[in-house]
Amino acid sequence: MVRHKIVLHFPHEQVDKPIVSKLVRDYGLDFNILKASITPREEGLLVLELTGKESDYERGVQYLRDCGVSIQPLSQDIRRNEERCTHCGACLAVCPTDALRLDRDTMQVAFEQAECIACELCVKACPPRAMEIHY
Amino acid sequence: MAKTIEEINERISRGEAVVVTAEEIIGLVEKKGVEETAATVDMVTTGTFGPMCSSGAFINLGHAQPRIRVHRAWLNDVPAYSGIAAVDVYIGATEVAVHDPLNEVFPGEFRYGGGHVIEDLVAGRKVHLRAESYGTDCYPGRHWEKDISLADLKDAWLFNPRNAYQNYNVAVNLSDRVIYTYMGVLRPNLGNANYCSAGQLSPLLNDPLFRTIGIGTRIFLGGGVGYVAWHGTQHNTEVPRTERGAPTRPAGTIAVIGDLRGMNPRYLTGYSMLGYGVSLAVGIGIPIPVLDEEVVRAAAVRDEELLAPVVDYSVDYPQGTGRILGEVSYAQLRSGSIVVDGKEVPTASLSSYSRAREIAETLKEWIREGRFLLACPAELLPCAPRDKGVS
Ligand code: SF4
Ligand code: SF4
Repeated sequence: MVRHKIVLHFPHEQVDKPIVSKLVRDYGLDFNILKASITPREEGLLVLELTGKESDYERGVQYLRDCGVSIQPLSQDIRRNEERCTHCGACLAVCPTDALRLDRDTMQVAFEQAECIACELCVKACPPRAMEIHY
Repeated sequence: MAKTIEEINERISRGEAVVVTAEEIIGLVEKKGVEETAATVDMVTTGTFGPMCSSGAFINLGHAQPRIRVHRAWLNDVPAYSGIAAVDVYIGATEVAVHDPLNEVFPGEFRYGGGHVIEDLVAGRKVHLRAESYGTDCYPGRHWEKDISLADLKDAWLFNPRNAYQNYNVAVNLSDRVIYTYMGVLRPNLGNANYCSAGQLSPLLNDPLFRTIGIGTRIFLGGGVGYVAWHGTQHNTEVPRTERGAPTRPAGTIAVIGDLRGMNPRYLTGYSMLGYGVSLAVGIGIPIPVLDEEVVRAAAVRDEELLAPVVDYSVDYPQGTGRILGEVSYAQLRSGSIVVDGKEVPTASLSSYSRAREIAETLKEWIREGRFLLACPAELLPCAPRDKGVS
């Protein structure tokens, strides 16, 4: 099993085609949409997390390329500035995954980067601004 | 068996004082009972760390040459109040830097303000002062700029008019859009519930009737030493209470003062509240002398027995309707979810319990090492139910 976060740029003419659902149907990949938007020039931007068998993943990515979609790995990373984190827990209210969790014994907030989908919701919701975006 | 503060101080000086935190005393009372605990323990330490908007610092800038009567002042572009003597200013925690877009692009980020200036000073970083005046015969200067740092300021005191709220609201959002409040981001349709108190560790919840805390009580403040100066603004003791005297609404508050020198940015941290503004997270720890069994009974309070009101911040709070959706205990809040209107709602805190614990532990160490003695309050803080003899 592999899990990759990738950024897809769709050309104008592909925006309304059901490309992503095909990944599930024909390649057995699970996906999680981290971000989706259409640029002013009507190109599509999609940040996906794909999970599946390595060989299926390779084939699926090839299929996307064949459709004219350009693919880049997600290079943006959310990291926590440990010095600044006060372990208040305000971020728990916004994090959609299990990346930020409260340990009920120590009452400290743990950050599990592997679970983070880089949605950035915590970045501005953190009062001391301890969650940082790195490119 | 009643003890006096003098007796306890003697034991501290001899290195014999028995000090426990407000968490530890719970187990102790369960095991040994109130009577024995009161006989053996001298002191209970408490702690809290959370955003406390009603905070700020008085700063004396020292005199310039030629002298200037500061009429307007900015510290790192954050306006400081200068309507006091020539070179005295007050920098308030919630003052926002000039040119901040505020909420023009909603929700505003509020990256820097008075709370951050105070944190920068305490961290030993340089802060840029800009001051203007109109010029007088005795103070001809009209413009003054320089970098200041805590080390070379004449005086710098933290003086917070309202801190350490005794209990607080649990904030939820009944509307169908996200709202951005001083209680954090509240997701629609009861998406989350935010609270802000250290519950069983919180200073004023461990002395609910102010039987020991008063004007002049020496405290842990921002990592250094400070004092209770007065009751805080909005101090209100005539509120509903549990059988054991703990208020079930926001109630008492304290005004605190202390020298910024000796404080630590770990316990004095600038906060940015998305869509709301800037603030300062303040760490406070109050030692509670075990004068009698009543003190022990109150300090042994558990999160299960402490109740907080759930308030809607989409309509009820902003409109001041006074409506309360229910009461929940701090044990429920800390468990990760509460039930409101039959719906399970995940909780998040703005107050750091782990840092509150750290403060109570630090204060305990200070006392054990004989570095921190109790101060006899000049007068207890006002508390109507105490004076009426309710216990
Ligand atoms: S909101 Fe920020 S400071 Fe608070 S626990 Fe989360 S990362 Fe840490
Ligand atoms: S960016 Fe923040 S809120 Fe989003 S998943 Fe990662 S940790 Fe959670």
